[in-house]
Amino acid sequence: MSFETAGYQLAPVVPELVLAVGSMALLMLGAYRGQGTTKAITTLAVLLLVAAGVLELLLPAGKQVTFGGSFIVDDFARFMKILALIGSAVTLMLSTEFLSDPSRRIFEYSILVLLSTLGMMVLISAGDLISLYLGLELMSLALYVVATSNRDNAKSNEAGLKYFVLGALSSGMLLYGASLIYGFTGTVSFAGIAASATTASVGLVFGLVFLLAGLCFKVSAVPFHMWTPDVYEGAPTPVTAFFASAPKVAALAVFTRATLTAFPGIVTQWQQILVFVSIASMALGSFAAIGQTNIKRLMAYSSIGHMGFALVGLASGTVEGAQGVLTYILIYVAMTLGSFAVILAMKRNGQAVEQISDFAGLSRTNPLLAFFFAMLLFSLAGIPPLAGFFAKWYVFVAAIKANLFTLAVLGVLSSVVGAYYYLTIVKTMYFDEPAGQVDPVRVEVRAVLAVAGLFNILFALFAGPVVSAASAAAKSLF
Amino acid sequence: MTIGLGHYLAVGAILFTLGILGIFLNRKNIIVILMSIELILLAVNTNLVAFSTFLGDIVGQVFALLVLTVAAAEAAIGLAILVVYFRNRGSIAVEDVNLMKG
Repeated sequence: MSFETAGYQLAPVVPELVLAVGSMALLMLGAYRGQGTTKAITTLAVLLLVAAGVLELLLPAGKQVTFGGSFIVDDFARFMKILALIGSAVTLMLSTEFLSDPSRRIFEYSILVLLSTLGMMVLISAGDLISLYLGLELMSLALYVVATSNRDNAKSNEAGLKYFVLGALSSGMLLYGASLIYGFTGTVSFAGIAASATTASVGLVFGLVFLLAGLCFKVSAVPFHMWTPDVYEGAPTPVTAFFASAPKVAALAVFTRATLTAFPGIVTQWQQILVFVSIASMALGSFAAIGQTNIKRLMAYSSIGHMGFALVGLASGTVEGAQGVLTYILIYVAMTLGSFAVILAMKRNGQAVEQISDFAGLSRTNPLLAFFFAMLLFSLAGIPPLAGFFAKWYVFVAAIKANLFTLAVLGVLSSVVGAYYYLTIVKTMYFDEPAGQVDPVRVEVRAVLAVAGLFNILFALFAGPVVSAASAAAKSLF
Repeated sequence: MTIGLGHYLAVGAILFTLGILGIFLNRKNIIVILMSIELILLAVNTNLVAFSTFLGDIVGQVFALLVLTVAAAEAAIGLAILVVYFRNRGSIAVEDVNLMKG
C-alpha cells in the first residue's frame, strides 16, 4: 500500500519531515539522558538545521505543490526557508554561552527552536489559510516558551507572559479574519480566494483587515508593535536575537505570499492599509528609539522601523516590490545577527551589560569590536556603500515605480531621523571616555560577527547573485 | 422566524467583541485574559461552522477541529507560563505586570 496519491506527495516536505522527526529524536535523547546532554543536543540541532537547508536546496527546481495545494515549494519559499534556517542556526550557535551556565542547562531550548523553525517552514510554504494558521501557531507556541526560558528571572517571565497574551490575541484576530474570508469566498486556498475575490465585498474587506492585523503583529508593524520593546528587553539576549531574525523572515514571507497571491484582485484595498502601516512603523521606529538607554530596547524600535521599510516594498504590490522585500529581509537578517553578536560580546567580569553608556570608549578597549559594530550601525542607518543602503534603495525604487511618491519621501525622511540614534552610539563608542575593559569575546560570537560584518561591508561584491536570487524568488509568486 | 447565517455571524461577532473587551478592559486577573482568548477562538469556531453549513462545504468544519486542537495547546502553554510567573512574583494581578514600561 502506498501512502502517496496524486496531489499528496511527500517529497516536497522532506526537509520539514527531517526537522520534525529529528527534533522528536533529540527530545527523547534529552529526556532519557538528562540535562548533561544540553551541549550535544545544541550541536546536533544546528546540524539538523543545516541538513534541512541542504535537503531544501536538493529538491527539484520549479514549483511543487502537495497536500491538495496547501503546501507550496517554489523559489520564493526556498529563498525564505534558507534564510530562516540560517537565522535559527546562527542563534543556536550564539546561545551556547547562555546554555553553558549550570543553572540554565536546558536542553529543551534547542528543541523548541527547532520546532519553531519547523513552524516557520510550514508558514513560508503555506498555500491556504489552514496551513498558514497551523504554521503560525507552531512557530508562536514555541516562541512563547523560549521567551520564558530564563525561568528564575522575573523580567524573562514577564516578557513571555506579555508575548503570550498579545500573541494569542493576534492569532485570534487573524483567525477571525480567516473565518470571514472563508465564508465570503467559499474556499481557504490562496488560489481559490484569488479566483473569487475580484470585487471587494464588505465581509471580505473586514476579513482582510483582521488577517492583516494578525500578520502585522507577527512582523511587529505599528499599530500592533506594543509587545516588541518589552519582549526584546525582557527575554534573554540570544532569544532576542532569535526573535529579531528568523520569525521576522517567516512572518514577512507569509505576509507577502498571502497579500500577493490571495488578494491580487483587490490590491487597492490592502495597499492603503500597508501604506499606512509602513509609514507609521518607519516613523515610530525612528522617533521612539531616540530616548532609549537600553541597547535591546533600541534594537526593538530599530526592528519596528526596518519592518516598516520592508513593507514599503510590499505596498507597491509589484514584482520589483516583492524583490525589494526579499533583498531587504536578507540584509536585515545579516545586520541584526551581527548587531546581536556585538551585544552578546559586551560583558564585563562575566556580567552582560546592556546600557548604551556601557559602550563608551569601546574603540580604545576593543577596537575591532567597535569597528564592526560601527559598520553595522552605519549599515542599519542605510549609509552607502554598506548593505543597508542597497536594501533601502530597492524598496524605495519599487515604491516610486508604483507611483507611491509620498510613501517613498516619508520613508527617506524617517531613515534620516533614524540615522541620528545609530550615530549617537557610534559617537559613544569613539569619542567618550572608556567605561572599562570588556571580557574576551567567545570564538563563535567572533565568527558570527566577522561573517555578518564582512557581508555588510562588502555587500556591493555580492549584490549581483543576491539580487538575481531575489528576483527569481519574487517572479515565482506572480 | 427562521435562524439564518446572519444570526450565527452576529453571535460570533458578539463573542469576539466580548473576548477583545475582556482582554483590554480587565484590570484584575490574568486568568480572565486566558478565558477571553478562549472566547475569541470559540467565536471563530462558531463562524467557521456556520459558514461551513451554509456553503455546504466540509473544509470549515475541518478548520474548526484544528482550531480546537490548537486552542488546547495554547491554553496549556499559557497556564504553564502563568505558573512560572506566579512562582517568581507571587501575584497574577494584571496591574503587577509592570517590570518593564510599555
